Amino acid sequence: MGNSTTAAPARKQEASGAGAAASRGRKRYSVLTGVDKWQLFLMVGIPLALDLILIWGPTVASVFISFTNWNGYGQITAANVNGIKNYQVLFTQYLFFWPAVRHNLIWLAFFGLVATPLGMLLAVLLDREIRGTRIYQSIFFLPVVLSLAVVGFIWELQYAPTEGFINNFFPLNRTGHMIDWLGDPNINLLAVLVAASWRHVGYIMVLYLAGLKSVDPALREAAAIDGATERQIFFRIVFPVLAPINVIIVVVTAIESLRAFDIAYIINHGKNGLELLSTLITNNSISEASLVGFGSAIAVVLLLISLVPIVIYLSRVMRPERS
Amino acid sequence: MADSNNGRRVDLPFLDTTLPFDLAVSRRDMLKIGGAMSLAAFIAACGGSATPAGGTVTMGSNHSDAAEKRGMDAIAAAFKSSTGNTLKLNTVDHNTFQDQISSYLQGTPDDVFTWFSGHRMRFFADKGLATPIDDVWDKVKGNYTEAFSTAVKGNDGHVYGIPVDYYPWAVFYRKSVFQAHSYKVPTSWDDLIKLCQQMKKDGLTPIALGDKDGWPAQGTFDIINLRLNGYDFHIELLTGKQKWTDPRVTATYKKWAELTPYYPSGFAGTTWQQGADTVVQKKAGMIVFGLFLSQEFSGPGDLDDLDFFPFPDLGTQYDAEKALDAPIDVVMMSKKSPNLSKDLSAAKSFLEFYAKGSSQLLLFKNAPGFIPTATDTDKSSFSPLQTKAAQIISNAKRITQFFDRDSRPDFAGANGMQSFLLTFLRQPQADPTQLQGKMQQFWDQLPQEA
Repeated sequence: MGNSTTAAPARKQEASGAGAAASRGRKRYSVLTGVDKWQLFLMVGIPLALDLILIWGPTVASVFISFTNWNGYGQITAANVNGIKNYQVLFTQYLFFWPAVRHNLIWLAFFGLVATPLGMLLAVLLDREIRGTRIYQSIFFLPVVLSLAVVGFIWELQYAPTEGFINNFFPLNRTGHMIDWLGDPNINLLAVLVAASWRHVGYIMVLYLAGLKSVDPALREAAAIDGATERQIFFRIVFPVLAPINVIIVVVTAIESLRAFDIAYIINHGKNGLELLSTLITNNSISEASLVGFGSAIAVVLLLISLVPIVIYLSRVMRPERS
Repeated sequence: MADSNNGRRVDLPFLDTTLPFDLAVSRRDMLKIGGAMSLAAFIAACGGSATPAGGTVTMGSNHSDAAEKRGMDAIAAAFKSSTGNTLKLNTVDHNTFQDQISSYLQGTPDDVFTWFSGHRMRFFADKGLATPIDDVWDKVKGNYTEAFSTAVKGNDGHVYGIPVDYYPWAVFYRKSVFQAHSYKVPTSWDDLIKLCQQMKKDGLTPIALGDKDGWPAQGTFDIINLRLNGYDFHIELLTGKQKWTDPRVTATYKKWAELTPYYPSGFAGTTWQQGADTVVQKKAGMIVFGLFLSQEFSGPGDLDDLDFFPFPDLGTQYDAEKALDAPIDVVMMSKKSPNLSKDLSAAKSFLEFYAKGSSQLLLFKNAPGFIPTATDTDKSSFSPLQTKAAQIISNAKRITQFFDRDSRPDFAGANGMQSFLLTFLRQPQADPTQLQGKMQQFWDQLPQEA
């Protein structure tokens, strides 16, 4: 690190002198030794190569495949290319696309308006060093440790119509009066959202709690001395100070909503009211259905939608800290 | 290992070059690579020893359940002692095997592999991923009933599979429940409806159903459509040669709607196991299901109390077909196995060996849901239930393989017919023509199955 502070101005010098030096045909001067260059090459090159091979390669390939009718058999030939047919079918004929988009949006709205604010509220409450705060933190954080597949399994047991806990605890399992939490397409998305929120709330709580701990207590004390109420301290002082965390929370919420998959897939492979873009991709391209080209088109649509929050997130995270 | 590395190489058609791995990585390809790697390990594991005196045949097996695996090991041992040839089993988890089948068959598959009869068998035959085995069939077909001869053939008329086991779909019930209420087994549709009404009065759920996974309801669609419109129409409908908007399909849904008042509420959120359990617990009277439901009857005396009857006649000319869903498991020979030319005679001898009742019994003894298909099977070890199951299949003039084996998987799947049938069952009394229009629209929008 000590090196970099001195290297920066040196490099600047070199840049301004390089043009003149080159024209005079003198040997180019570099602050980087041969070892430095090798280190740079390895430390940048290897991650770059992995990034290209594992992230960008498949992404570009998916975009390419989305313009074909490839079904996973044999090689892709010119005959497979069918232009924007997949997208045409997807937007105008495919019966499950718009319901899936709607469910993703409902997911986003529910997370943004209910689950995330709840997580933030818990964080604020637990930040006040109430008695047993660590126990509460652990309890709320516990679902985050579980994979969504496990969360889905746990909630399936709660929701099952005849054998589930909810319908048996409240006497809702009599024929004719049964609430089919997972099978009724009018309510199963809400039921799944409760299950997903169970985990999401803890996740947001931990993120926000970490942010709250970083707020300088002197700020609060000063505000309190000036006569600010608790509410004013939070909304006027703490919340604005936490602006960077707030953006991350918003973006995390958006990304979590867009990539929602596991619970719906565990419950019924994403059908009957639980269609999501992610489950459509899986059901079309990785299952026995083997509509790889069509599935890729859905994946590209999801990618384009996801780019919005991802770009916001990255521009926030990568931005150099202002002093 | 050099060989197996070559096996992993994938041509990039649009870059006109060959890379050690595929950059156009769909997840399918990731599976392919994963599969090839495990296959490479497998090849490495068995490549070291010298070739035994007899031939060797490798088999990709989806019998991953412990009991089924024991059965397959017993078959391998018997094959060795009977012919001197060696059977090397490559057992893969059942669902994984099914998900990866297309990449498996296009990569470096085993010589022979377990699969299902029906449209999916014909599909791989059309793709040139299976080897025709007419010569083997000619030798063993005397050991099979007539109904099997269509089930083993591809679209080109050649034989691609040797049937090794099957199980029927029927209406299952508990004998003790029928005795306690002195119910009679219904043989006509009217009897069935009357029985349902009586069961409802007696406080039972007449017909259990757990359709959360989407496919169980397809069994009921199959049997009603078969009885009402016949085998030929049913198969043509499932393969797109008939329209889903056909009035005959409307009739099927209307008939089905007479039965739906006797389903439990909450069926769309219950698994088939939970549905079957209501029959086990004597809360429900009947269930339309496959014989493998017997695995839910695990309590003492439960299995002996389980019985079934074939779905009742509907009073049409097609009653005589006695058609039913009896999914047949077959063993097929792959095309792209790198060892097949060397192993061919051993592979054929294995197929002949597996076509014997005595061989099939070895699996059956360990896994009683898999009824042997060979005529010469010694049936003395069958339980009454199994005997009856074998009997109703042999009485059938036409056998179907089940909706998702007789149709395209992309049509039959979760975002397809499974969804449409759940929509139908939610409002069965509504006019089905609009839904039928959606089914046809969905079929038309699917790409050519080339």
